[in-house]
Amino acid sequence: MSNPEAQRSGSGRPMLARTSAPQYHERLSTRSLMWSVIAALLPAAIWGVYVYGLRALLVVLMAIIASAVTETLISGSRETLSDGSAILTGLLLGMMLPPAVPWYVVIAAAVFAIGVAKWTFGGLGRNWINPALAGRVFVHFSWTGPMTRWTMPRTLGADSIAGATPLSIVQNAVHEGQALLGGPVAILSASGFPRSTLDSAVTEWLNLNVLTHIGVHLPAGYVDPFVGNVPGAIGEGSALLLLVGTLLLFSRRTISWEIPTAYFAAFAGLAWVVGGLPYGGAAFSGDVLFQLVSGSVIMVMFYVATDPVTSPLTAAGMLVFGAGAGALTFVIRAYGGAAEGAALAVLFMNAGTPLINRLTRPRRLGGRRGRRA
Amino acid sequence: MITLPRRPRGGVHPENRKAVTRSLSIRNAAVPSRCVVPLLQHAGPAAVPAVRVGDRVREGMLIGRAADSAAANVHAPVPGVVTGTATLTLADERSCEAFVIDLEGEFDRLGKVAEPIDWQRKSVRELLRGIRDNGVVGMSGSGNAVHRKLNLPRAAEINHLIVNGIENEPYLSADNRLMIEMTDGVLEGTRIAERILRPQRVTIALQKDSTQAIRKLRRRIRERGLDYAVRALPVNYPQGDERLLARAISGREVSAERETSEIGVMVSSVATMYAVFEAIVYQKPVIERIVTLSGAALRSPANIKVRIGTPIAELIAECGGFVESPEKIVVGGPMMGHTIIDVSTPVTKLTTAVLALTAAEIHHGAETGCIRCGRCVRACPVGLEPTTLYKMLEHTELEQAQAAGLFDCIECGCCGFICPAHIPLVEGLKNGKLAVRQHGGRM
Ligand code: SF4
Ligand code: SF4
Repeated sequence: MSNPEAQRSGSGRPMLARTSAPQYHERLSTRSLMWSVIAALLPAAIWGVYVYGLRALLVVLMAIIASAVTETLISGSRETLSDGSAILTGLLLGMMLPPAVPWYVVIAAAVFAIGVAKWTFGGLGRNWINPALAGRVFVHFSWTGPMTRWTMPRTLGADSIAGATPLSIVQNAVHEGQALLGGPVAILSASGFPRSTLDSAVTEWLNLNVLTHIGVHLPAGYVDPFVGNVPGAIGEGSALLLLVGTLLLFSRRTISWEIPTAYFAAFAGLAWVVGGLPYGGAAFSGDVLFQLVSGSVIMVMFYVATDPVTSPLTAAGMLVFGAGAGALTFVIRAYGGAAEGAALAVLFMNAGTPLINRLTRPRRLGGRRGRRA
Repeated sequence: MITLPRRPRGGVHPENRKAVTRSLSIRNAAVPSRCVVPLLQHAGPAAVPAVRVGDRVREGMLIGRAADSAAANVHAPVPGVVTGTATLTLADERSCEAFVIDLEGEFDRLGKVAEPIDWQRKSVRELLRGIRDNGVVGMSGSGNAVHRKLNLPRAAEINHLIVNGIENEPYLSADNRLMIEMTDGVLEGTRIAERILRPQRVTIALQKDSTQAIRKLRRRIRERGLDYAVRALPVNYPQGDERLLARAISGREVSAERETSEIGVMVSSVATMYAVFEAIVYQKPVIERIVTLSGAALRSPANIKVRIGTPIAELIAECGGFVESPEKIVVGGPMMGHTIIDVSTPVTKLTTAVLALTAAEIHHGAETGCIRCGRCVRACPVGLEPTTLYKMLEHTELEQAQAAGLFDCIECGCCGFICPAHIPLVEGLKNGKLAVRQHGGRM
């Protein structure tokens, strides 16, 4: 009786629907949730296209179209497309790829995301792992070369292929033992990594007008990665615009606060407490800011880890999940050396979601914890 | 014992849409020329016919006798002649026999000033009998026989009587008007219940947004020197549920298979207290009730006092008919109420509201697969996982569903209301309970 059309009374005017309670509904649908996330991602996507050029636009469009086509072919109808989930997967995937990635890698990632990660489990809501994330990690390991060739943003002057992202430069430096320069930003400067005039200007302004009042001094080199003036994945560069998008997500309650908060607390906490050690610093000296604005942490924290399908059901479960993902991100980054830390961490936690759900069942009124026979 | 009140768990905050009717005084509906009076207007089995076709009945005369203590007497709402019987499907989908009464002759009560009786001199037994004889049931929709609920075994002890003025279904404002306009009747009914139960404390619970009713109750309680607390709770649906309200006020929880009386708490609604008042003080049976008529399809929404048995079509006419054709007509609130497709369905003792809802009000959406967002889990006030239960029932895993708490579900509607995938969760759970009962798994 969920479909009123099917249950119309035949006689008498007016034609009345017969439906089961509740008789009205929250203004919310799967579709509106998906489209809110898409809308929230757009500013960062547009920024990516602006700084990395038309090539980036092509990648994102290809990812979206390939996801949509795969979804349609597999589901056998265009109906599931209308929930927006495949479009969102495509957009998210495109935004996680390097701007100069070859077209076949984009297609392969999309087909893997939708065809394997989503539909081998039966489509929307049944998949274990986030499809976009799965697609990205799949191509990362299949085509590691093209997946780690990054484009310099136009705002840094050069329009060339750059070797590496700030995070990978820093990670490599640490691994090669030249880390004793004081911290990630110092390493970057020493490596001759370009810095925009915007960075110096904004840093200076902040120091003079804001931070001085609270007795803090911000070194140069953070503003560029924060606004997205660095080589990186198309849509992950601009922490600023991704954060702007989260305003929409929170105000419309598209995502709940538990996962990002727990993720942030665990990741930033670890980065602060032990993050300084590889650079020869003491405990409680880690460069949290750099860790947060580099790599895909912001993207993953707010847009990927919060995927409802692959995260736990209860608030407690979400806190565990978020904290686990945050901690794993840090651990993989710091000790595994993989700049892909955030993505892998969430994939791991996705796999743990059923277990977390079992351990965090709500308590039933009157005492007993929900059991399953 | 000192207990701390507790914050609600789960629940939802639907747009309440009460503003349309909240300030409208209760008015009397025209007496219908023909009443259709169902013999099943309570929990338990249908009443046994006490008159025959052709009989002449007086206003308030017994026409159906309670079959057992869970059932309630039914009375003639108008004087007249029993012209026939009919088999009806009620709004709540139960079927029963009904008497058709054509209006004729004089009213014994209407238009006359009744003499109140001094109930203080009556014994508890007499009071309970008065409540039973006059067919008083839980007037906020539960339909439980009130004399039975108040008549506790000797060993049981009620510490705390909670009078429920929460009325937290959206649109509804009849209880709110009752508390404002018939304050003394509600308080008098409460005193009668207090006399029967002898609780240590009496609390009248409302939601914070019923400011006028809160002020009025507090003022009358003070003026009459009563020792009742008025508690204003934060807005949250469905805290008007008996167990949830008992928890909110007393801080103690009872599971689904136990009664609140086991923790010494009795919850009864303001409308029930008013019916008790009328039954005892004026010896008046339940032949009328106050109904909220609302919904955007209706020309002029209202709170109306109507005779039981009035066809709903006449109430709609009373409100000026429709301004646009409704998508559905709901009897009861939008969260738990039922649709009717036949507007000749009569008002019963359980009809709290009639809502004519337009398509724009109900936000119907396409059903998609469950996206495992957990909104239903967070919303469930009794701590179930509706999505998990629903999936179990889809696979007819009846035993697993029972173990996971299927019968704890109070059918409040929160999960179905909030689900972005528009999955008919509540319907699935209700059907699951039916399936279990049919398999004899559990009563
Ligand atoms: S609210 Fe709906 S979509 Fe979300 S978990 Fe519950 S059933 Fe699934
Ligand atoms: S499962 Fe039952 S009690 Fe829980 S929200 Fe749904 S209808 Fe209400």
